[in-house]
Order: sequence, then structure tokens, then C-alpha cells
Amino acid sequence: MFGKLSLESIPYHEPIIMVVVAFMAIAGIALFGLITYYRKWGWLWNEWFTSVDHKKLGIMYFIVALVMLLRGFSDAIMMRTQLAMAAGDAAGYLPPEHYDQIFTAHGVIMIFFVAMPMVIGLMNLVVPLQIGARDVAYPFLNNLSFWLFAVAAILVNISLVVGEFAKTGWLAYAPLSGIEFSPGVGVDYWIWALQISGIGTTLTGINFFVTIIKMRTKGMTMFRMPIFTWTSLCANVLIIASFPILTATVALLTLDRYFGMHFFTNDFGGNMMMYVNLIWAWGHPEVYILILPAFGVFSEVISTFARKRLFGYATMVWATIAITLLSFVVWLHHFFTMGAGANVNAFFGIMTMIIAIPTGVKVFNWLFTMFRGSLELTSPVLWTLGFIITFTLGGMTGVMLAVPAANFVLHNSLFVIAHFHNVIIGGVVFGMMAGLTFWFPKAFGFTLSEKWGKRSFWCWFIGFYVAFMPLYVLSFFGAVRRMQSYANPEWQPWMILAWVGAVIIMLGIACTIIQFWVSIRDRKQNVDVTGDPWDGRTLEWSTSSPAPFYNFARLPEVGDIDSFWSQKQRSEEQLEEAPYTDIHMPRNTVAGPVISFFALVIGFALVWHIWWLAGVGAVGVFVSFMARVFNDDIDYYVPAAEVERIEREHQLKREQQLEREQQLGVEAQA
Amino acid sequence: MQRRSLWRRRGTLVLLALCLFLAGCSSALLDPKGQVGAEQRTLILTAFGLMLIVVIPVIAMTLLFGWRYRRSNSVAKYLPDWAHSNVIEAVVWIVPCAIIAVLALLTWKTSHSLDPHKPLESDVAPIEIQAVALDWKWLFIYPEQGIASVNEVAFPVDTPVRFRVSSGSVMNAFFIPHLGSQIYAMAGMDNDVHLIADETGSYPGRSTNYSGAGFSGMTFEAKVTTPADFDAWVETVRDASQTLTYPEAYEALAEPSESNPVEYFSAISPSLYESILKSFHTGGDHQMGGDHQVSGDHADSQDSESAHTTDHAAKSGHVTNNHASQDHAMRSHSSSVEAGG
Repeated sequence: MFGKLSLESIPYHEPIIMVVVAFMAIAGIALFGLITYYRKWGWLWNEWFTSVDHKKLGIMYFIVALVMLLRGFSDAIMMRTQLAMAAGDAAGYLPPEHYDQIFTAHGVIMIFFVAMPMVIGLMNLVVPLQIGARDVAYPFLNNLSFWLFAVAAILVNISLVVGEFAKTGWLAYAPLSGIEFSPGVGVDYWIWALQISGIGTTLTGINFFVTIIKMRTKGMTMFRMPIFTWTSLCANVLIIASFPILTATVALLTLDRYFGMHFFTNDFGGNMMMYVNLIWAWGHPEVYILILPAFGVFSEVISTFARKRLFGYATMVWATIAITLLSFVVWLHHFFTMGAGANVNAFFGIMTMIIAIPTGVKVFNWLFTMFRGSLELTSPVLWTLGFIITFTLGGMTGVMLAVPAANFVLHNSLFVIAHFHNVIIGGVVFGMMAGLTFWFPKAFGFTLSEKWGKRSFWCWFIGFYVAFMPLYVLSFFGAVRRMQSYANPEWQPWMILAWVGAVIIMLGIACTIIQFWVSIRDRKQNVDVTGDPWDGRTLEWSTSSPAPFYNFARLPEVGDIDSFWSQKQRSEEQLEEAPYTDIHMPRNTVAGPVISFFALVIGFALVWHIWWLAGVGAVGVFVSFMARVFNDDIDYYVPAAEVERIEREHQLKREQQLEREQQLGVEAQA
Repeated sequence: MQRRSLWRRRGTLVLLALCLFLAGCSSALLDPKGQVGAEQRTLILTAFGLMLIVVIPVIAMTLLFGWRYRRSNSVAKYLPDWAHSNVIEAVVWIVPCAIIAVLALLTWKTSHSLDPHKPLESDVAPIEIQAVALDWKWLFIYPEQGIASVNEVAFPVDTPVRFRVSSGSVMNAFFIPHLGSQIYAMAGMDNDVHLIADETGSYPGRSTNYSGAGFSGMTFEAKVTTPADFDAWVETVRDASQTLTYPEAYEALAEPSESNPVEYFSAISPSLYESILKSFHTGGDHQMGGDHQVSGDHADSQDSESAHTTDHAAKSGHVTNNHASQDHAMRSHSSSVEAGG
């Protein structure tokens, strides 16, 4: 009846897990109680969960990502604490079966459920506004993508309470992840969480690709697109090309585990090298899916706050395209030590290094954007400067790893760990924090506290170096990744230093939480009624903050790269504005959450081999999808009068605020 | 505030330099004990130095431009529409291209000269040791001496050693940091790495590729001895009471164990390593049994057709999935990762 599931599946005997579960339960009940008390369920469901508004979906992606960041970071600090303790004969406080789940969960969560949703959330929030569109090409799919991702995140969290998570490392290398060596349900949780969120990501890729190609406003040619949109376009091309590889590879592993097939097993003709090749054929483009949009953020931030056109726009675009193409011919650098011949290794090593050229050019372009600019040292700029320094160092260690003969001694060591945190924290995290601060007023109508933003930056920046430089050092001593304990007590001081770094990063995360708190508290003081708090350059700043659900009352026209900026420079009085027209908008839909709920049911049932329940889930998905397909009532028109009312209201608010500011000014003078 | 932040950034750089300096004092990679490791150290430092040519200016420019062109500095030039310069564009493309060109050349050369499959040049005759990763310990087989050991490997100084590396379980990687190159250990695959030590001593070795619960304890000791001491070590092993017969004793040994103590085996079944490899070459109908169909030992079976394939692959340094089965379909996909070598 319940497959492999029984009461024994809940790890009562693990005090650490039970404390975490208790904490999650209390937080969950408190949240549930608050929403019920304030009678917000209807509002949440109607205005948010079923929304097809790309801006709201972007915000929801970010909220889930930040919650998962707390989970992923808890894993990180637990690992660092374990390694700070477990020197010589000491065993630390985490036995291998627990420690191994933690490093696996840390990697999976940080990549799939923190970095990806931040990047996709930012694309959702920004891309349609930047190209002057009213929504994405497929609004319903966008909602479905979000919910598929969200239920996959839920599935990962269920694994904490019911059963176990994979103990295989984040990419679940076969044959360790096969049924022979991992008979538990951990790998199955990994499989179904990745499959469900992977489908969501693929749909997002298609959605945004079509949106950017087809829905740009009048006059916005490809080479007038803002750089963030360009990098998003390239990232989506990578998603479309690479995520099917992940889906297929994980499906083959599923056949091995569920049907006793032998794609990746040790015997009967299975080939684990094929698994490693396939997973990295997806895995390498994946890191560019994360970093390219971050590059886009830095480009926007630096040109906005330097009040200067981006240096070498065309170069920037071509460098991005070059990176996109090259990212598919470098996957073998993740396993030079597999034993391929010298020619193969040299080829992949050199291709990898070539990526450093367009990346280096991008760095110089950012520098020359600052050159002869007028740089305001806001927190997004600090994240950007911190990024340039940190990412350059990370790029350098990346090229060192790309030399096969050097890789033979650095591979699988802590050097690799230090390197990819160097580029992922220094690149993706810094980028997302910069982007979050930069576009926050566009989403909510008020700016974030600069004071706490800068504190967060300094904690992350210093914390990163204190946490990861010791790992570079340790790698030269011969320390490898995924060790639960180590014999050599000389390593311990470095491990303790790394732990201190993790604590500093924790303070950075705390600063961000305080930043939200303080900014929401002071939202009246920090309100942005202009829609353009940073003196921005691109179209998203031309509409109000927060943007109305239809984005633009009149679709803008573009004649330049930084079209909004040049429009402001010309200070054209928009004489004789065209009258408002009816706006065609998509309706909210319950299909996204419902289909995804049944997908979660399928995932959970398959993890535990509860076949009838999987059948129920499959029927549920099919029926709810059909209901959606045959629903014709999916769109409506916002009458011109309603648009006019909303715009008037906003105009009024703006004038009132200006008046209030003037009054304050007069009082201050008096 | 600004001045302080600049100082902090500088402080981090100092810390970084200090780390690298400290690492030079007692580290396995920067203080190698063999020719391969020494060449790899030189390579790492060369690559590092070459990249500093561009990394240092970038960091300096970041700090300089960030400070010089801050909004509050009214002295600095401000050109809001200046966004293109052919000279700068040329420089920022050419400099990285030039550095990467040099590095690419270095990469091509060292990928070949430090190819782990390439025998080392030496006047001393090489010896072969077969390393098999098990859950979670290392089995070392000495085919010439007919002995085996667990979690301890000994070999004479200044003698090239060809480690043939495979696995009796999941994927692992064989690595002695002081001596250089690591290589993956994969079930049913015959991988190899050539190493040499130029100083006697005892060096830690371990698996670097995560392989499950006992991974952390999957360490071994590499004893580099004088030739006389090596002979003495071999005699010690030969005095051991245990023997390693295939499959009985081997299967008992292959049972998972964590932080396994050092063990010696005074005798082994003939072609033990090949038997372990072959144990994974099963495949439904293709399992025909009978030794005459098995490619078996690299050195001894050049007469049979299948062995030729294997031998060729081993010589040219490919990972070969030594499919013992004679089935052609199986052999044609023969799992070589190699494409161009």
C-alpha cells in the first residue's frame, strides 16, 4: 500500500534532523497562523499563486530562493564546523552517512534551488520590462515553470523529514548512485526533484527565448537590446540546448535504478564514463546559465551608476555569444584524470582557456565603463567592484585547473572547491545581490537600505576570502573534497580559519535579512515615486515603480541602445500624448499550481514506489492539463478608461510626494 | 569610509599573498618528491605567473578607477558618451589572446610530456604495481613478486613505477600528492599512471574521488625505499600468513570496511588483477566463459586477436574497457574515452 514508506522512514533517532524539523514546523505553523489570522489566503491565492504576471513570479522565485539559501547555508556551516573539529582521531559530530547527505544537499540546493531561481527570478522581473513587453510569450507556462520549480524544492525538503537525501555528491556519479551502491531513497529524491524542476527550467528557457526574439517593442533591434537581456537570451539558449541532456541522463539513471537496466552500472556493459560525460555536457553550460545573466547585471549596474554608456557594447555582446558557444566544447575539463589521451585532454584544456579571452575582455569593458565615468559608490557598485576582483582571481585559478597536467594534481582537491566558490560566490551571488538591490524598487516601489546593503557586502566579501583562501592552501597540502574527517592535524588551523570565514558570511546573510526588515519598516521614507530612482538608462525605468501589471500604458519606442537615457537627455516634452487604448492581458490561472501539485504527488510516490499514488498523480496532471487546454477564457482586455485611471492615480501620488518633499525642504531651510 | 574600504581590500590581497607564501613551506604539491610532481609544480607556478600579468593590472585598475572616478571627485574627467576606443579594444583583445596563446602552447606540450600513460625515461627498469580500489581500501598487487598488500604500497627510489589502476567497486581516484598525477580507478577498466620518486620516505596517498561512507579513511601509505629495503619489505610480505586467492579471499577482502588496517598477502592467485577486471565484463548472452576467449594479461597474450586490441590501447595510453567478451558489438563501443590520440 505504501511502497517502501513506513514509520521507520522518519529519522526520529537523529537529534540534529529532529531539531531542524521542529524549527521548520514551528516556523511553518507560525506562518500558516499569521496568514490565516490576517485572512490572507484568498489574497495569496488570487493575487500571487495563480498569477501569470512575470513580475510577481520573479518575486516568488526570489522568495523561495532566499528561503532555500538559508537551508543551503545551514548545510555549509554544518560542514565547516565538522571539518574544523574532525582532525586527527577526532570524528567530529557528523557521521559520514549524515555528512555525505549534507554536502550533496548543499550542492544541489545552492545550484538548483538558490542560484537558478535567483537568475530566473531576475530574468522574470526585468527582461519583459527591458524589452518593452507587457508580459512573456507564454504567461501560463511561466506560472507552471515556477510551480514545478517550487514543488521540486518542496520535494527536496520532504527528504529531510521522510527518508534521506542522496549521499552521492551533487552530480550523483554512477555507479555510486546506482541501486547496487545506493539502495536507499536518497538518490530517488534527487532524481525526481531534478526532473520536475528541470522540466520547469526547460519551459522557462523556451518561454524567454521566444519572448526576447518575438516580443521586443518597436525599434528595439537585437543590437539595441540592453545587455542584461542579451545575457538572458544567451542563458536561455543554453537552457534549451543543455537541460534536455540532464533530463535524458537522469532518465537513463532512473531506468537503471527502477528497471534494473545497465546504462551506467559496473557490469553487463554499463558505462559510468558515459554518465560522467553526459552529466557534464549539461553541467558545464549550466554554470554559464548562472554566470551570464550575472554579467548582464554588472553591465547594467556599472553603466547606470557611472552615468556613462557601457564601454564596447558590441564587444560585450559578441563576447557573450562566444562564451555561449564555447561552453559546449569544454565539458571534459571536469575529468581530465579519467585517462583520456593527451590530444583529447589538450584540446579540452585549450578550449577552456579560450573562454578566458572573451571573459577577460568583458572585465576590461567594465573597467573602461568606469573610466571617465562618475561612479556613485552604492551597494550595487560595491558588489560589482568586489565581483571584478574576486572573479578575476577565480578565473585565474580556473585557467590553472584547465591545464590538464596541472589538473592531474589539483583535481578533486579543495582547490576545485575554492575555485568554483570563487566564481559562483564572487560572480553569481554578488551579481544576484547587486541585481536584487538594483531592481528591488522596480518590484516594490521603494529602495533597500544602503547601510545594511553595504554591511552585507563587506561581510560577504571578507567572509569569502577568509573562508576559501585557506582551501586553496589546503589543496596544496593534499586535502581533497568531500572528506568527513582527516588524519593530518596540521590542516586544522586552516579549517578553523575557513569556519571563521563561513561565520562572517553568515553575518552577511543576517545583514541582508535586517536590510529587508529595515527597508520594509522605512518604506515610506525610501519610496520611489519617479519610477527611476537611479537615473536609469533602459526601458524598465521609464514606467512607474512598482510597475503596473500591464507594464507600460503605452508601448515605448526605441531608437538607441540606452533609449530611456537618451530620451531623458533630449528632455523631450511628450507633447500631445496618444490616447490610452485597451490592453490585452492574460488571465490568472489555477492550472499551474494544480498541475505542479500532482507532479509533486507523482514525484513523492515514485520515490517511495507507491505505484497507485503515482497513477493518481499522473491522472491528476493529465486531467488538469486538459482542463487548461480546453479552457478558452484565458485572456481579457483592460479598458482604456481603467488604464487612464491607474495612470492618473500614479501621477497624483507622484505630485503629492513631490509637494511633500518640497515642504520638507522649506521646513528644513526654516 | 572609502579610505577604510580600500585598506580592507588591500588587506585581503596581503592575506592572499601570505597564504600562498605559507603554502610553500610544507606542502605536498609545492615540495614534490618526484620528477612528475616537480614538473607539475613548475607548470602550476608558470601558469600562475603568466596570468598575474593580466590579473594584477585588472585588480589595480578596479581599485584605481573606482576611486579616481567616484562621483564626489570633481577633478576627474567625466565623458558620459565616451564608449568606444579602437586602441583600447585592440589592447584588451590582444593581451588576453597573447597570454592564452602562450598557455595553450604550454598546455599542448605538457599534456603530452606529462601524459599519465606515458612511460618515464630512466636507466632503471620499471616495475609494475596494480592498484585496485575497494570499499574502502586500496589493494596493491605486485604481479612480478606474486604478493599483495592493503593500504600500504612500497617501491624503490629512482625507479619508474607503472601503476595500473582499477576498481572493484565504485569510481575512485589513485593519488600520491608528493609524487604527482592522479588517475581514476574504474571497475572493469584498466587505467594507468607512471610515477617516480627521487627521495626515500613515506608519503600519504589516498582516493580523491568520493566513493561513499568510508571515503575519508580510504588512505594508504606510499613507502619509497632503497632497493635493499624494498627487497626486505617484499620478504616481510612473503612471511605473512594470509594469501589472496581469487575469488574466495578476494571477495572476503572486497566486503566494505572502513579505515582498514595495513594487510599483507604472501601469495596471490595468478592474474589476480586481470580476474578482477574480467569480473565486470559480464553481459547476458555474451558471457561465454573459458579463458581462451579472454584478453587477459597485457604482457602475455599478444598472440590472440583481442589481446592485441587491449595491448595497443594500453600502449597508446587509452582507458580501455577490457571487454573480455568476444562479442564484436561490445568491443566496437569499447569505451575508450579517446578520440584523437
